[in-house]
This record gives sequence, structure tokens and C-alpha cells, in this order.
Amino acid sequence: MTTPPKPYSPRDWSSHPPIIAPDYKSTPLRGATKPLIPIRQSLSELTGPVFGQDSLGELDNDLTKNGRKDGEPLGERIIVSGKVVDELGRPQPNMLVEVWQANAAGRYVHKVDQHNAPLDPNFFGGGRCVTDDQGVYRFYSVKPGAYPWGNHPNAWRPNHIHFSLFGPSIATRLVTQMYFPGDPLLDLDPIFLSSPEKARDRLISEFDLSLTEEEFALGYRFDIVLRGPWETPMETA
Amino acid sequence: MTKGQTPSQTVGPYFAYGLTPEQYGYPLASIASPDLRTPDVEGRQIRIEGRVLDGKGEAIDDAMIEIWQADPQGRYAHPADPSYNKGRGNIAFKGFGRCGTGTDPENRFIFDSVKPGAVDDSQAPHINVIVFMRGLLSHLYTRIYFADEADANAKDPVLLSVPEDRRDTLVAAREESGGTVVYRFDIHMQGENETVFFDV
Repeated sequence: MTTPPKPYSPRDWSSHPPIIAPDYKSTPLRGATKPLIPIRQSLSELTGPVFGQDSLGELDNDLTKNGRKDGEPLGERIIVSGKVVDELGRPQPNMLVEVWQANAAGRYVHKVDQHNAPLDPNFFGGGRCVTDDQGVYRFYSVKPGAYPWGNHPNAWRPNHIHFSLFGPSIATRLVTQMYFPGDPLLDLDPIFLSSPEKARDRLISEFDLSLTEEEFALGYRFDIVLRGPWETPMETA
Repeated sequence: MTKGQTPSQTVGPYFAYGLTPEQYGYPLASIASPDLRTPDVEGRQIRIEGRVLDGKGEAIDDAMIEIWQADPQGRYAHPADPSYNKGRGNIAFKGFGRCGTGTDPENRFIFDSVKPGAVDDSQAPHINVIVFMRGLLSHLYTRIYFADEADANAKDPVLLSVPEDRRDTLVAAREESGGTVVYRFDIHMQGENETVFFDV
């Protein structure tokens, strides 16, 4: 059975950052300066790559295990979980969620990261998971540390985890960052602040005791909303 | 109702070990690579090469390019395509590739693929492109068309919706080197030849 694809609602530019945000100093030379040209959505935009459970390796969803050499990674163990829904609130099952992050000391495995905080021999920092039939994803990790970057004097990124999702088509593609509640660096970070004020709290996870595993790891909830089909919502709630 | 779309954020400078690990030599299996060819694919093999240039004309070494294309018969490997699985050959062809610009000495992205067939009758053969990088807070969409499809390009509804003097930025030049068909497609983020980006 194939269902004819429905167009997606527009990318909501009142929720997304602008293409150029001068306080984030890499943007002025790298963002497009001419207006984006609207496109009539065709099969090209209404389809996208399909990745399910079979695209996962055995330890992909457990960053506390997938980089181990001879012991446990250092840091505060966490569980990050949430529901991926579209704008109509409909769960997005069997969707790939890719994540990457710094270690507990704020150091990335990446070769160009020059921060002098130590690498953790037992932590890699990259992984992925797939949402279940209710749209819920879940992975294990350690809480990433803050780290300095050269954007402006005393610029430090808040603790964050990078997320990459496809959703059902390339139109629903999303790359974002998850932040932690109560982080004092949030109010100083031009990347976080680039998103419109009304939408910023959607980037901050919630501490959730019910996700916490006793004597093992603390739980954080981060729900994600992707673009939905362009149709009148049926829900009355 | 939900609280609205989750805002985009930049992919940042350190995506490679999470999103393109094998290409950059990290110990994690990649879900997609710069080589889209599969053993069963029937169609003309092509290479796509290009750079991503910033406002100073310098090649960006930490961009990530994703491509999404139909197979040589114009079918997308996705259940929303009505031709999906219908008499389908190329069953292993996924149509999706990923390449970072940090492993090539000239900071090119290089994809090995097959030339896509025409989709939706009226559209000329094309490849959908998504651009990510440090300094880009929301990803951008563009399309690669082929210089040797001039007749189809002249009737393509998307190209026709672009101002005439900017259409060239979407058309890849064709070259042949050692029997390989290479299409060259530079992405200019800014400047006189700024690439057309679409609000998909």
C-alpha cells in the first residue's frame, strides 16, 4: 500500500534561528544573503531516507558502553529519552535519532578540538537510536561538560547534546541541540539565543525522576516536534 | 496541540565522529557514505564533486553535504513514492549519501552515484542537496541539475520558478576524466554567484 504524499506545513521561521545571526561570528560569511526561494513540494521533498532498527549497531544507543577500552567512562551517568511527534502531536515511530556530544570534561573526540581538558579513554560520544512504535527514543550517556570556544572573550558553550533527525521526508529534516535545565550559560550563549525567544524553551530538556534508574543514572526528557502535514488539525484539545 | 516546531541549531564543527565517522576514520559504523552505488544498481555511474565557498570565496573545510535522489528509473526508495516496489530493480539502492568536506585536500565533497531518472514526469533529473556547517543555524536546501539535460531543464517547473539569471547556479558542469563522468557543482554561500537555496 502506498499513500499519496501530503505537502508539509512550512518551516516555521518564527521558531527557527535566522540564517545570519551576527553574535554567532561564523554566520555572517557562511549564511545565504538572498531570500530563500519557495518550492512546490514534489516527491523529491516528500520522501527521504528510511532508517529503522536494522541501521543500529548493538551498542549504538549506549554511549556509556560504546567507547569503552578498559573501564567505565567518567562523569554523571544520564538517560535521555523523549517523544518525537509532528506538529499535530502524532508520534513518529521507527525514526532514526543520531546524537553526539563532548565528554564530562567538555572535550570532544574530534581531532580539531583543541580544548585542553582531557579525553576520556572510555568515552567516544557518538551514538544513535530509533524511536519505538509510540515515537519514543532513549539512550544512555554521561552528562557533557561545558567548553570554551573562541567566539568572544570568555565564551563557553552550555552543556549540550547534538541531535540529528530525518522524520518521514527530507522536508522534516532537523539538526538541533539539547540543553540542560538551570544552566547559567544559556543566557550568554549566542547559538542558543539565536532561536526566537518564544521557542527557546523547546531546546531545554527536563529533569525527570521517573526516567531515572535507581543507583545508576539520572533521567532527562527531551521531546522533539517535527513539521507536520499541511492540513487542518483535527484535534480539539 | 503541540508547542510548535523544535528550533534548528547549527551542526557545529565536530559533527564528523557522529555523522560521518567512517569517512573521517572514527570507530563507529556510518549509516550513510559518499558512495551510493550498490552492486545491483542499473544505470550510468557518475561522480559529483564540488566545494562549499564562504563569503570570501574560501573553501569551507567543515561543511556536511547530504544528497537524496531517485534511482535511474526515477523512483525514490520511500513508501510515499507510488512507484516504490513496483517492478523495482535496484532494490539495494537507498538514494541517500553523506559527505563532509574535511577529508579531501581541496575540501571537496565527492559522491559516487548513478544518474537519477526524471521524477514526476515534468521534472528534469536532479539531486536534492542539504547543506550543514558551523555558522549555519538552519540547514539549507538546494538542487543539482545536469548541464547535459538542457531540454529537460528548460521545462523543469522548479528551475522555471527561479529568476533566469540565477538558474545557472543549480546546473552542474559535465566533464569526463578517464572514462568517469564527473559533474562539478560548487556551492557559493554568498556573493555574485550565490547558489539558489529553497524554502522547502
